[in-house]
Amino acid sequence: MENTILRIENLSKSYGSSTILKDVNLTVNEGDTVVIIGPSGTGKSTLLRCINLLTKTNSGRIFLDDKEINAHGVDENDVRKHIGMVFQDFLLFNHLTALENVMIGPSKVLKMDQVAAREKAFFELERVGLKDKAHLYPGQLSGGQKQRVGIARALAMDPRVMLFDEPTSALDPELIGEVLEVMRKLALEGMTMLVVTHEMGFAREVADKIVFMEHGVVAEEGAPDDLFFHPKHERTREFLWKITELYGKHDQEKGENPE
Amino acid sequence: MVLEIMGYILGGTLITIAVTLVALPMGLVLGMLFALARVYGGKFLSGFAALYSTVMRAVPPIVLLFILYFILAGSINISPFWAGSIALGVISSSYQLEILRGAVQSVGGGQMMAARALGMSRLTAIRHIIIPQALRLAIPPWSNEASIVLKDSSLVYAIGVPEILRRAQFVSARTYQPFLAFTAAALIYFLLTFLSNRLLDRLEDKTRIPGF
Amino acid sequence: MNEFIDFFRTALPDFYQGAIITLKLTGVGLGLGFLLGLPAAVMRVYGGKYLRWLAVGYIELFRGTPVLVQLFLVYFGLPDLGVTLSRMTAAYIVLGLNSGAYQAEYFRGAIQAVGSGQMMAARAIGMSRIEAIRHIILPQALRLVIPAWSNEPTSLLKASAIAFLIAVPDLMTKAKTVAAHTYNPIGTYLSVAVVYLVIVFVINGVFSFIEKKARIPGLELEF
Repeated sequence: MENTILRIENLSKSYGSSTILKDVNLTVNEGDTVVIIGPSGTGKSTLLRCINLLTKTNSGRIFLDDKEINAHGVDENDVRKHIGMVFQDFLLFNHLTALENVMIGPSKVLKMDQVAAREKAFFELERVGLKDKAHLYPGQLSGGQKQRVGIARALAMDPRVMLFDEPTSALDPELIGEVLEVMRKLALEGMTMLVVTHEMGFAREVADKIVFMEHGVVAEEGAPDDLFFHPKHERTREFLWKITELYGKHDQEKGENPE
Repeated sequence: MVLEIMGYILGGTLITIAVTLVALPMGLVLGMLFALARVYGGKFLSGFAALYSTVMRAVPPIVLLFILYFILAGSINISPFWAGSIALGVISSSYQLEILRGAVQSVGGGQMMAARALGMSRLTAIRHIIIPQALRLAIPPWSNEASIVLKDSSLVYAIGVPEILRRAQFVSARTYQPFLAFTAAALIYFLLTFLSNRLLDRLEDKTRIPGF
Repeated sequence: MNEFIDFFRTALPDFYQGAIITLKLTGVGLGLGFLLGLPAAVMRVYGGKYLRWLAVGYIELFRGTPVLVQLFLVYFGLPDLGVTLSRMTAAYIVLGLNSGAYQAEYFRGAIQAVGSGQMMAARAIGMSRIEAIRHIILPQALRLVIPAWSNEPTSLLKASAIAFLIAVPDLMTKAKTVAAHTYNPIGTYLSVAVVYLVIVFVINGVFSFIEKKARIPGLELEF
């Protein structure tokens, strides 16, 4: 029986007179990897920031494990303990080593004792393949390494769901692979993930569901093969063409049917 | 005789250093509180901090010194040394407010966002993420302010504190050699600012975040 | 509060005279400082070894010692060497020398911000160093420096207050007299603080205006 971890109902968000998100509905089931794609500036990042309550919504409801989290009177800090976020700009704490970056959540927020927090941090760093860089500072790490530390930092909180906001968009091409590899591994291990990305290869291989967003609404959603080979909307087809052309993988997508 | 004079003026040096060492940390603590109010406070707190900064930095330090001195001396039994040092601390806090405000803003909203995303409260984030980075960023302009406080400490001459300048004046009255006395005073100050700048440069090196 | 306003009104005529002197001190100091600071900055950036040393020496000496000490040295100390100056002259000179050192640093920053590329381009069309400095570097630097330099008038205004310690009849001296007469030190100095506040407000307003007028489109100094 599929367990719904995250449910978003009729979410809307505007800044002044511009509407960023219009009546968005989305479900993410346990262990699923949901990938959100779409043109830039269509509210994808805003959506993620609404989910972990960094941005206030104008209307709509968000449910984490069937508990409404964006209602009045909910302790936001508490909610954020259960949602992990990985940023496009990494946003590592510059004055702390990699280990300390990963440790600080468990130690200061989850109030674990130093020894336990340190162990947890080492565990997560190993999980992302960076145990040997534990004592280096962000300034001494490459982009890919920084992002992996960012992932470890979020994982250390043992979140119910991980949100990835264009995790590889700020990376040099050669460094993207190492981050996607970690994310692939996480998905296989059963982590519930919601990923905003332009990496179509990753989307096709790893996603359980792909959501195409444009102009602040969900234009189409479905299983990867459905979306890539039988897109219901012209606009979806257009977008997928353009973007896979850009990333050099346009061989199969010319409307060809695998059956 | 020359040694006596030197000793006497050097005694003033200790007082000058003492005044500075009281005023600077006081200015830092107060300045930090005001800076946080300015950046993270609501409309009222932030506005008050802005007003404080504008007013305290527009009035000459000597005027503020007098005002604070008379208020302090009028209400409690306090020595000119303490009244003067506290007054200088309050004055410095308004300048340090601006320095720290700049530093906190330089740290950036991204750091706060990442901290909140982990579930930290604003207060925890400010304490563990923002302030440690802001303090490091603030060191260069802060060294400048430290120099200024050291030099402004000479203002307490006007309320009778026996620091370097007042002692130099005393010596010049006794020996009828004002040029030498005041040149000596100037040299001592010069040395003090030189040394403190060196010290703070080393502090900057020591606390530098690798790779940052 | 009403008491305060009344008090303020009675003190006003005295304050007025003091304010005139204060403004004179500030103005002359600013002007003198400009005449000293700009050449010092040019020497600092473009000068040969000796000129540079001279400039650095001047700048470090006057920025590394308190104004008050400089004032006493000039007014009380120089007579020892046979140079006796009036109070006002001593104050003008010291404020000018002091401001010049700080202004030199502002100008230096602006000159360096103009960039060596500009100098290179000027030399490439055959200008001598001096011509390049005069026609290319300085015009740009003087515009770039305005935001930072606009701190100097208020800085100088505040520094001028210490002149009362050598009995220059400025605002502070008047304040002292009034305070003595009225046995109301706190009220008096608060009033004087208000006067300084108003003057600063006016000065800042003037400079905001100048800044806007002098801005070169697209070229701004980022601090």
